[in-house]
Amino acid sequence: MVYDMSEINSLTILGGVNKDGADEPIRSVEITRGEIVGIVGPTGSGKSTLIDDIEQLAQKDTPTDRTILVNGEIPDSSIRVDPRRKLVAQLSQNMHFLADMTVEEFLSMHARSRGKEASLVTKVIELANDLTGEPIAPHYHLTALSGGQSRSLMTADIAVISDSPVVLIDEVENAGIKKQAALRLLAGEGKIVVVVTHDPVLALMSSRRIVIRNGGMIDIITTSMQEQDVCSRISDVDNWLMSLRETIRRGDVVEGTV
Amino acid sequence: MKLVVLAGTPGSGKTSVLLHAIKALIKHGRSPSVVKVDCLWTDDDRRFKKLDIPVHVGLAKDMCPDHFTIYNIDEMLRWADEKGCDVLLNETAGLCLRCAPYPDECLAICVIDVTTGPNTPLKVGPLLTTADIVVMTKGDLVSQAEREVFRERVLEVNPECIIVEANGLTGKGSFELADLIGCGPDAGKDMLLRYNPPLAICSLCTGENRVSRKYHMGVLRNLDGFMEYKGE
Repeated sequence: MVYDMSEINSLTILGGVNKDGADEPIRSVEITRGEIVGIVGPTGSGKSTLIDDIEQLAQKDTPTDRTILVNGEIPDSSIRVDPRRKLVAQLSQNMHFLADMTVEEFLSMHARSRGKEASLVTKVIELANDLTGEPIAPHYHLTALSGGQSRSLMTADIAVISDSPVVLIDEVENAGIKKQAALRLLAGEGKIVVVVTHDPVLALMSSRRIVIRNGGMIDIITTSMQEQDVCSRISDVDNWLMSLRETIRRGDVVEGTV
Repeated sequence: MKLVVLAGTPGSGKTSVLLHAIKALIKHGRSPSVVKVDCLWTDDDRRFKKLDIPVHVGLAKDMCPDHFTIYNIDEMLRWADEKGCDVLLNETAGLCLRCAPYPDECLAICVIDVTTGPNTPLKVGPLLTTADIVVMTKGDLVSQAEREVFRERVLEVNPECIIVEANGLTGKGSFELADLIGCGPDAGKDMLLRYNPPLAICSLCTGENRVSRKYHMGVLRNLDGFMEYKGE
């Protein structure tokens, strides 16, 4: 069974156990289409493990014993592994490519692995260049890209080639890219987005955030009106910092622009 | 007795993957045992012993490690049987990439490190191409796109294999692997190797250590690919 993008209306996380093997307090979280949900918690608390559970569509077969339901039901096992049928696109923490190939070769091969047209490659590079101040050309070697270039290319790749109804993001901050634009691009229209973050802008752009401690989901916080207010104020500061960074990168002076 | 032969390049995470799979096997009610084969030295047996299962170490020393593994398969199976186990996990040294140590009636698992780049599957040879299961490790260190490209390359050289994405640190993939091991075949009586061994015998096998070409005999291949027999 292959799900069409429009057929995924919800994803449900059924609670499992924390690092001590005790039941985690939150037993069920339902995330619906168009929603952005955050995951927060201290380093090493198990945020990435929750992302992994969702990516694998865990069925009590991972160390956390969690279950992931799609549209309230147990998903077909074939969609768990085959990239051509995958429901989930994932942007992970790593900032660099290790494959010794050009940008174009890599993207063409990735398009093939997802059963997509090779013509999408140009679109990915265009979108990536919208997100980063340092332009990427098709003949560049992946391993020579900067952190910001790699991150924007991974982001654009997810939006275009790995275009999936569920998008998982593991930390976008400090990446030298326009992170709100990146999140908007990834969230697209009517997707389910789960983002691990400590970044106040991104955390507050989500409608709810799951709090993780010691491997377990212990709370869910709904973003209040006041928090949304704070979010728009810090967004302004954030954009301002980004533009200052660009000014400095160009070799211009900041004086007079402030 | 279920026979599992696990091979892979050095440092790919064979032992870590196996440790997690063993925990999952025990949870499933299995009695696994491990024979760890290495060339010169190992202390991995201490890691396995912590799981409270029978562990045996074999050091190939002067013998080819793949040949050592194959030569001792009967002995290993007998040992595992004596220990009252129902699964024998044989972790091989798997070094030279020329051969594959898999008998036909076993579950052949190849562990491969994703961070070595998507050209690696093309270089690994029969170790990868004749495996039933390919375990991709260290996927958390690369992007999903890179994992998928790697996966595509594995399927290019071994279209029939089952790919498991595992993480030796978190245990990701261990339940899936344990399930597959549980469904694996029992060791046969007259097993055959899946892949043909190299052309024997060369003068290095008999202890020749002089480099100059005039001392070498056997079926030999030139740098330009030309093959000839030199000898009696």
